[in-house]
Amino acid sequence: MLREGQIRIPSGCAIAGIIDRSGRRFSGEAITRSIAAMRDRSNGLGGGFAAYGIYPHYRDYYALHIFYDHHGAKANCEQFLKQHFEIVDQDRIPTKAVKAVNDPPLIWRYFVDPIPARLARSGLDPREYVVRTVLTVNRQIDGAYVFSSGKNMGIFKGVGYPEDIARFYRLEEYEGYCFTAHGRYPTNTPGWWGGAHPFGLLEYSVVHNGEISSYDTNRRTIEMYGYWCTLQTDTEVITYIIDHLHRGKGLMFEEIAAVVAPPFWQAIEQMSPEKRAFYKYLRNTFASLLVNGPFSIIVGFAGGLLALNDRLKLRSMVVGEKGDVTYFASEEAAIRVIAPDLDRIWAPKGGEPVIVMQGGGTVQ
Amino acid sequence: MNFIYPEYELVRNAERCTKCGICVKQCPNGVHTLTADTASGAKNLAADDSKCVNCQRCVVYCPARALKIVKSGNTYRENTYWIQKTVNEIYLQAEHGGVLLSSMGNPEPYPVYFDKILVNASQVTNPPIDPLREPMETKVFLGGKPKAVERDASGQIVNNTKPQIELSMPMMFSAMSYGSISLTAHECLARAAAELGVMYNAGEGGLHESLYKYGRNTIVQVASGRFGVHPDYLNCGAAIEIKMGQGAKPGIGGHLPGSKIGADISRTRMIPEGSDAISPAPHHDIYSIEDLRQLVFSLKEATDYQKPVIVKIAAVHNVAAIASGIARSGADIIAIDGFRGGTGAAPTRIRDHVGIPIELALASVDQRLREEGIRDDVSLVVGGGIRSSADVVKAIALGADCVYIGTAALLALGCHLCRSCHTGRCAWGIATQDPELVKRLNPNTGYKRLVNLMHAWQHEIQEMMGGMGINAIESLRGNRLMLRGIGLNTKELEILGIKHAGE
Repeated sequence: MLREGQIRIPSGCAIAGIIDRSGRRFSGEAITRSIAAMRDRSNGLGGGFAAYGIYPHYRDYYALHIFYDHHGAKANCEQFLKQHFEIVDQDRIPTKAVKAVNDPPLIWRYFVDPIPARLARSGLDPREYVVRTVLTVNRQIDGAYVFSSGKNMGIFKGVGYPEDIARFYRLEEYEGYCFTAHGRYPTNTPGWWGGAHPFGLLEYSVVHNGEISSYDTNRRTIEMYGYWCTLQTDTEVITYIIDHLHRGKGLMFEEIAAVVAPPFWQAIEQMSPEKRAFYKYLRNTFASLLVNGPFSIIVGFAGGLLALNDRLKLRSMVVGEKGDVTYFASEEAAIRVIAPDLDRIWAPKGGEPVIVMQGGGTVQ
Repeated sequence: MNFIYPEYELVRNAERCTKCGICVKQCPNGVHTLTADTASGAKNLAADDSKCVNCQRCVVYCPARALKIVKSGNTYRENTYWIQKTVNEIYLQAEHGGVLLSSMGNPEPYPVYFDKILVNASQVTNPPIDPLREPMETKVFLGGKPKAVERDASGQIVNNTKPQIELSMPMMFSAMSYGSISLTAHECLARAAAELGVMYNAGEGGLHESLYKYGRNTIVQVASGRFGVHPDYLNCGAAIEIKMGQGAKPGIGGHLPGSKIGADISRTRMIPEGSDAISPAPHHDIYSIEDLRQLVFSLKEATDYQKPVIVKIAAVHNVAAIASGIARSGADIIAIDGFRGGTGAAPTRIRDHVGIPIELALASVDQRLREEGIRDDVSLVVGGGIRSSADVVKAIALGADCVYIGTAALLALGCHLCRSCHTGRCAWGIATQDPELVKRLNPNTGYKRLVNLMHAWQHEIQEMMGGMGINAIESLRGNRLMLRGIGLNTKELEILGIKHAGE
């Protein structure tokens, strides 16, 4: 049986997200209960979480979470990491035995910073240096897989139902201002931890429900810009698109949404000349990065969340607000279970981004 | 003495035939003769099969449906090596001592990769989209994309898009010159392109002044003969195409005989009436890639950098490296013409033995440009044997932005692929300059038939896109996961960049 990355595996899913715009930190308990309410949308073959604001003591260091298939991979990878990074701390990520979670790999965590001399020699900016190093590990070091690489955030994922994965990683012991969650329903059984979601690069993380029809167009385009789609998943390619457009091209998240899920031409023709020029420019310039087919995604980044549906809204997503907190989920029930009394709840239209920034409001 | 027995035989059904004589008038080659018996006055119709090119004109126009053309069936002693066609060609050359000439695309039984590729559709895990109920977008822009996003002082995005061609669907009419085809045929293409919101390509013979009004839908061509090229011509079109080569005859030029250079063509091509119009094999100012760059920028200078420049090449063995060079030479669009591409006249040996299939050329060019990170710098247009909307879908999924349609457009105008364009006696009024024959093509019906064909293909493309769950054509471009090979070997699959059916 081929594993993730050797074959493309479509999956259906559940996603959820919570962010406190005031920056107040809260435990991983709420997101676990929210995603658990959508157990029917997962099949036990993948679950995971992204948590932001959880490493305040090491906020200035890139937190690398790494799966190792065996000790040899760990030795090779650590040797490689030491050549590229100063490692200020490292530990085995704390877990506890959960009956439903079997055969975990070795799971380690490193807080690192690029070695200044090496960074200077590379001529890269530090973030690009980190990205290239992470992608090199994932492509070249057999048995090692970096699945989280941002500052003051971390991804926790594995094979199992998301609520079991949460218990396995002791998610309730972490406090952050923002969490996203994913429960996976793959149509195949790879049983590989690296294939679970969220997918992350730097502080960008993506949870995604859908099966995009533009996959190979998107993949072959993004691979021109220095990315390697080693997992062959939608989430991976969407993450790279967002990194490329945000960090590489300097687009803002509203603009990224207009590339990934733009209005139809017939709608664009009806707009004011300025807006028409804006959308025409983005659609034409980044035509191959339009993401087609059904998807709902929640993109985490430093200080905020972006939620977006495909242009036809072929996947469900609802957004709720209560005070400073904004909730996202595939189903309303998953929000009500943790916040029964909401100020507002709505289903964003296809292609209409919802952007929530810490210290800001909800932009729709 | 003519050794060759006619390949086709005209069969006349005596019971149906009313001896009306329409076949006599319709045949431009004098196949039919109507005689009357001097004594009885009885009419008699006869046919000389040796003059018949099987253009089907008489068959279509016979009101009694009394005519059909069949293979004559005369057979030489069988030989799998020295087949009848080979033997006949030797007889012809022994008699005339010349280069064999042919028209239209390569008819030989080489593999047709389009027919060994199958398209995907959505089932369960993602939904097909119904084009009757949801928007199904086929709009395409051709031209390089900006490398960086620029902003003004207020942070707004500045429009730094290079000159583009905007098309309502990913199909254009390919280059056919005024001279190789009639002015009426040109008018049909121009009017259809204008109504459809696409482009037609004027070809290398200049642009007749009556067609300047369709300039927004015209690609003007600059070929090695430079016929009809002047500032107004360059500035009239929506884009300029430098023709380096043609799929039907890679490596050689063209020849329009003086007999076809009447007053109008003479003025349009800017050459004396009655003189042969000879396009040299190379551009004599382009002997290398750096020379091409100079021509690209000369044309941009002449048009104030307002028009995208297309460089058209024939699909030859080293096409990927050549395309990569072109992409770095300032061109905005690369057009590749496969070995099935049509022609008004080409040496038979060249047409049938030089060049490679467009499917393989396209796949390797698209992949090469991606490996070099320059695919977004240029658009890719492919032509040379696009027969249906399925070919269009497959070409786009292999990596094309758009296709050129030539032969299929001529078929829509009435062409029956008799492959006798080089005789200048086209019975359908397309590939001829004979005023009596030109009149046969009605511009109003002709242009409408082109519009119908393109609309039909657009609908079919939309249906196939919807089936794949794709509602914007840009999401199909280069989407090779939507394709599977059938009956292809590992090397072929590797070059096409697709998996085998069942994988």
